[in-house]
Amino acid sequence: MPRSADTLLEPLTAAMAGISALLLIGMIGFLLAESWPALAHGNWLRFAGLAWYPLEGQFGLAAMGIATLAVAALAILLAAPLGLACALFARFQAPPALAGGFRGLLALMAGVPSVVYGFWGLTVLVPLVARWQPPGASLFTAGLVLALMILPTVALLAHAALAAVPRGLLDGAAALGLSRRTTLLKVAVPAARRGIVGGVLLGLARALGETMAVLMVAGNVVQLPASVFDPVRVLTANIALEMAYATDTHRAGLFVSGLLLALLALGLAWFAARLEPRHA
Amino acid sequence: MPSATPGDRLFGLALWGAALGVVAVFAWLFADLARLGLGALSWDFVTTAPENAGRAGGIAPILVSTLLILGVAVGVATPVGLGAAIWLNTYTRAGGHAGRRIRLALDGLAGMPSIVFGLFGNAFFSVTLGLGFSILSGGLTLAAMILPIFIRTVEAGLAAVDDGWRRGAAALGLSQSAALAHIVLPAAAPAIGAGLMLGIGRAAAETAALIFTSGYVDRMPESLSDSGRALAVHIYDLSMNVAGGDAHAAASALVLIALVAAANLLAVALSRRLLTRRLAL
Repeated sequence: MPRSADTLLEPLTAAMAGISALLLIGMIGFLLAESWPALAHGNWLRFAGLAWYPLEGQFGLAAMGIATLAVAALAILLAAPLGLACALFARFQAPPALAGGFRGLLALMAGVPSVVYGFWGLTVLVPLVARWQPPGASLFTAGLVLALMILPTVALLAHAALAAVPRGLLDGAAALGLSRRTTLLKVAVPAARRGIVGGVLLGLARALGETMAVLMVAGNVVQLPASVFDPVRVLTANIALEMAYATDTHRAGLFVSGLLLALLALGLAWFAARLEPRHA
Repeated sequence: MPSATPGDRLFGLALWGAALGVVAVFAWLFADLARLGLGALSWDFVTTAPENAGRAGGIAPILVSTLLILGVAVGVATPVGLGAAIWLNTYTRAGGHAGRRIRLALDGLAGMPSIVFGLFGNAFFSVTLGLGFSILSGGLTLAAMILPIFIRTVEAGLAAVDDGWRRGAAALGLSQSAALAHIVLPAAAPAIGAGLMLGIGRAAAETAALIFTSGYVDRMPESLSDSGRALAVHIYDLSMNVAGGDAHAAASALVLIALVAAANLLAVALSRRLLTRRLAL
């Protein structure tokens, strides 16, 4: 190969890397530009209102923002302890033959498309919850479906972190005569906490950013929920529901909520990056 | 381990309970999908066009659209991602500024909700570039979405190639690009394959980024500038907007799960091959 290929190699590959990184800036730029008709009015406090009637100029995102946080919080509160328990089971409790199969199942479930979780929630869980607490499509059901969706991710990452705990720590705990429960909860879990927290944060980010699975089971009423069994609409679902026919400032209002979601995701990513050990 | 105390036994039982509970719920989910969908699943289902808004007929044009969207996404993400990974691996020092900034941007991109990719794709590809609701718009949007995970996987694969091979190539007088083309990239091929399969798995599962980029049209696409309905969008539409579409939604879900699972299994198999190759040296 001629040497001239080498002189091209660096600028060419650098351009590819540059394009990839510029995507993020371009994305924020487009979100800003498209939200501008709504942002240019000034009076940004109106986005903090509760009422979302975009055709009448009311762009309150607070009710949907609170619903987004509540659904994601419920999901992570269910998925984090259960996911950690599954990881502990697969790493320390299960017979080896079973552990492999269990991990395989978790990996399979982690790949199941969110729309499938939403479909199952809609056809099976919503009628079930409706019999107990009508109308069924609610904050509670959405949290349940999301918890199911993120649980495999949380469990697999916690398992990877537990598997990386040095053998010596566990042997030392055993040599000290610590009980199995104490060894796992007071030695293995603290030693793996970075990875476990990283997995929980990733799960939280997926729960906050999920659209379909929530849209299909949450009922989509724009309101502050009085109980967990009230229907709610989250920010992502609102975009998916209204983008199809939104024009002008309405469209801009939807991009404002997209911008809000993007900033939320960036904040979480920044927080997760701070948790990672510094490579010198 | 010392003999189990009563507390230990209770703790062990709790772990068993959690794991069995999770397995039971997932088994319930699969059983429901199979109960609803297996009846509709047949060879005809994947080879004929949908009729009556999807309540009858099959998913052939939807499968074709899905594969075309995936093809565009992979076709665009592969060269860009390979270039970016090569640059990050070859020209940035560990802890250097430029490399760290780009990795940070990629991490930020990887964490973006898919609906935000959808908004961006709609604003940029559909409106600004004038591609409209098309397979091209959807594929490019998904390319942006899978790029960070692909770059990360390939970069890890390149980093795992033994430095001795690079030095050997240099000692034999190979140019840098020749070493890359004939030694480093082939050695990292399993990682590249694994990254692609991970990307395909994520792209195939995506719905929110596609509903307002590639659209809803369920006819057989004639070109990349036609709108095409992806399989995931089809499931969404059948279950939300079509009364009596549940059986075909479940059957489509089974097809989609099989597709994603196959991509993920292939990714795992490929990264295992990378591992054994590294250990053999």
